[in-house]
Amino acid sequence: MSAEHPVARADDIPVGEGRAHVVAGQQIAVFRLRDGRIRAVQATCPHAGGPLADGLVDDTVVICPLHNHTFDLATGCSTTGQPAVRTYPAHVDDNGNIIVSVPQP
Amino acid sequence: MTNPQRLVVVGNGMAGARAVEEILHRGGDRMFSITMFGDEPYGNYNRILLSGLLAGTDDAEEIFLNPVEWYRDNGITLHAGVRVVRIDRFAKLVLADDGSVTPYDKLIIATGSRPFYPPVEGMWRDNKTLTPGVFGFRTLDDCAAMVHHAREHRRAVVIGGGLLGLEAAHGLRANGLEVHVVQSAPLLMNQQLDTQAGHVLRRSVDKLGITVHTGQRLTAIRHENIVTGVVFADGSTIDCDMVVVTAGIRPNVGLGIVSGLTVERGIVVDDQLRSIDDDDIYAVGECAQHRGEVYGLVAPLWEQAVVLAEHVTGHNPHSAYHGSRTATKLKVAGIDVATMGLKQPEREDDEFVQFSEPRHGVYKTVIIRDDRLVGATLMGDVSKVAFLMQAFDRGLPLPEERIQLLFDIGTPAPSVGAAELDDDAQVCNCNGVSKADLVTRVRAGERTLSGVMNATRAGKGCGSCKGLVADIVEWAAGGKIEDDPAANWYVPCIPMDKPELMAEIRSRGLRSVSAVFAELTRDGRPDAASKMALTSLLRMMWGTEFVDERDARFVNDRVHANIQKDGTFSVVPQIKGGVTTPAELRRIAEVAERYDVPLVKLTGGQRIDLLGVRKEDLPKVWADLGMPSGHAYGKSFRTVKTCVGSDFCRYGLGDSTALGIAIEERFKGLESPGKLKLAVAGCPRNCSEALVKDLGVVAVEGGRWEIYVGGAAGAHVRKGDLLTTVDSPDEVITITGRFLQYYRENARWLERTYAFVPRIGIDRVRAVVVSDSEGIAARLDAAMQASVAAYRDPWLEGEKPVTPGQFRTALPLIDLPQVPVR
Repeated sequence: MSAEHPVARADDIPVGEGRAHVVAGQQIAVFRLRDGRIRAVQATCPHAGGPLADGLVDDTVVICPLHNHTFDLATGCSTTGQPAVRTYPAHVDDNGNIIVSVPQP
Repeated sequence: MTNPQRLVVVGNGMAGARAVEEILHRGGDRMFSITMFGDEPYGNYNRILLSGLLAGTDDAEEIFLNPVEWYRDNGITLHAGVRVVRIDRFAKLVLADDGSVTPYDKLIIATGSRPFYPPVEGMWRDNKTLTPGVFGFRTLDDCAAMVHHAREHRRAVVIGGGLLGLEAAHGLRANGLEVHVVQSAPLLMNQQLDTQAGHVLRRSVDKLGITVHTGQRLTAIRHENIVTGVVFADGSTIDCDMVVVTAGIRPNVGLGIVSGLTVERGIVVDDQLRSIDDDDIYAVGECAQHRGEVYGLVAPLWEQAVVLAEHVTGHNPHSAYHGSRTATKLKVAGIDVATMGLKQPEREDDEFVQFSEPRHGVYKTVIIRDDRLVGATLMGDVSKVAFLMQAFDRGLPLPEERIQLLFDIGTPAPSVGAAELDDDAQVCNCNGVSKADLVTRVRAGERTLSGVMNATRAGKGCGSCKGLVADIVEWAAGGKIEDDPAANWYVPCIPMDKPELMAEIRSRGLRSVSAVFAELTRDGRPDAASKMALTSLLRMMWGTEFVDERDARFVNDRVHANIQKDGTFSVVPQIKGGVTTPAELRRIAEVAERYDVPLVKLTGGQRIDLLGVRKEDLPKVWADLGMPSGHAYGKSFRTVKTCVGSDFCRYGLGDSTALGIAIEERFKGLESPGKLKLAVAGCPRNCSEALVKDLGVVAVEGGRWEIYVGGAAGAHVRKGDLLTTVDSPDEVITITGRFLQYYRENARWLERTYAFVPRIGIDRVRAVVVSDSEGIAARLDAAMQASVAAYRDPWLEGEKPVTPGQFRTALPLIDLPQVPVR
């Protein structure tokens, strides 16, 4: 089971950037991609705890700002040999709110 | 295919078997039914390792390349120990000495060579048999017979002091024999080595306990049923009970001659390795003569086998062999020797760099013509061989300081040749990547340097190991590294180098990073790894017209501070030329206390660094400091380090402090392909270390200023090159601006000046920047002036953030966990 949480207004995240939020007790980096989609992954890089919300993104990956480890935003898989990051389903609802689904324990 | 063509291969040595391997690799097993004839009663083995077998360092098992089962598994009919005696080209049949007749559609002749036996008395017992105790050194049987004979005899004479002769001598010495090498030329390995190298080699060979006789011509072999000695032209003799003849090789071309093919030194072939007389007959390896050359080395043979296979399988009918540049690296009698191209200069203006240290057996030369490596010899120390072979083979640009071709100078770690490095040696010290990690990737099929680097992250830290990584990848791939077209692209997602990309951007008027992605990438989509480089380029090109998209900036440039390992930032206010005031120091101290700054540190660039500042505190910290940004975070102009200059220093010749401040004031924050660290020194004592800066200025007697460029003292250490000497601080600023603009426009992304200046060449840089050889000085100056005029202190953004949440933390604290309900 997972629960949907509104985390921010879509306008609060600049296009092509990420912002971090605590959602249901978890640190989550939420990205608003240039193609309009929203992606949400765990906020810290599994390599050395880098802040992924500060990373450069395109339509598919985020690059950690500390050591350039790269993760697929849809699957969480690393293309640079690191463990995967957790991903969370996310979308913008009709009112312009970003909704992130976090599994319930 | 129902009726496969019949492919017959005459010769089962390294060339024949390699050609078949390459053919199979291209689906040849479906096209051909393959029959191979081999003179020797074995599968195929590595002839190069015979000397190891003789010396006892390799065993017979290891030298087999393809055992007999390989032929069976690949559906190849092998006639081992059968000699083909004639080809009936008109009936398309081969006739063998066992009476068999085999039809062919395509025929490959790979009969190799045989030892040359000088015509001297006593060599032969009869037409076919050598005198007992006399050996050639060519086949597995030769080798086995030598080992057997060596057990019960004690003194051997090796006729011929070339490569093979020295290998034989070394092997026999390892078998405990007293060994003499007789060379008719005045030098050992005279084919490959110049006089000095020959002398150095001789010293090393002497040390192995091998007696060398040069300038001696053999006239007879004495024997009484078995060898008893050798006789020379001057009448002298050596008593011995074993003779090994290594006086050269001759291509086996008898089959070609009796079958009516054109034969000169070898069977004459065209660029497809076909006999010039018969399109269905190919010749490959040592028996083939291509454009007048007959090769006796393995590398050309591999190249020939590929072309032959491409052509005969129809895989690439246009495949053509254009000859090989022969470069060899071997251990001769345990001594490392590498040679390529010319052994000595031929023309008056050939550059010739020579290093000789006979006592340690080290000798090195390089020969350069028109800025291209055309010859090199390395003996005793072959640590530079990988680069030299690449440079020789591909005509790579050479370092301006030619001595760097022979030695590693000023690199932090002792650089070791790729082949010699231990498997577990750490190559990339930033990311902890070993040689074995790299080799494993190559073995797994990765064939480009960037592919290996991406997969292992080697060379992705400070980058100082990139050269060695390239050497190892090349070595592990056996030289078959694929050229990586992306290596010259400015960014990975657009197939253009920097000049092409700039021209395209300008002609299409692309003023934003997203516009570049949309118009110039293959799929029109953004690429995260390219954003930062494009931002820098577009800002440099368009200045105030640049359409700034914040998502295309690296986080440091979004928040104007340098991200630290815990996600906090470092703040370095501008302290021009390292000169500050008590009032500024007081404000810095107050800010450090007010925001609980965990570490206050003096930087190498004479500034003060506040480390561990939270992102959300940045605007307040800047406001409270009341100082402009020091730009200690971007790929941009960073600092100008100065000494105290003429106001206080009793040695000062020029006012370095004032000039340093003026330079920093003018160029502060200027974005560039790599960071820029500068210095000004008030006298040649160089207290501000101006000689190892991207640009360093040194005051000299007479009111003049020397300007050095391309220095470094970080991961890479390099003394800057003297660009020019000028008469006034104003000229320093003009030349500095012009050089920086030239660097900005022409350097690759992240290419520091220490790489850029040697790549372009200081002479060229000087011509453009100082002498205006290309007539672009005025344009460079104007472009720089525009960039300078567009400067705005980024810390002013603290008052009015540009994007929502610009200074919001990226690692928000989690609320305390709720107490679980039981």
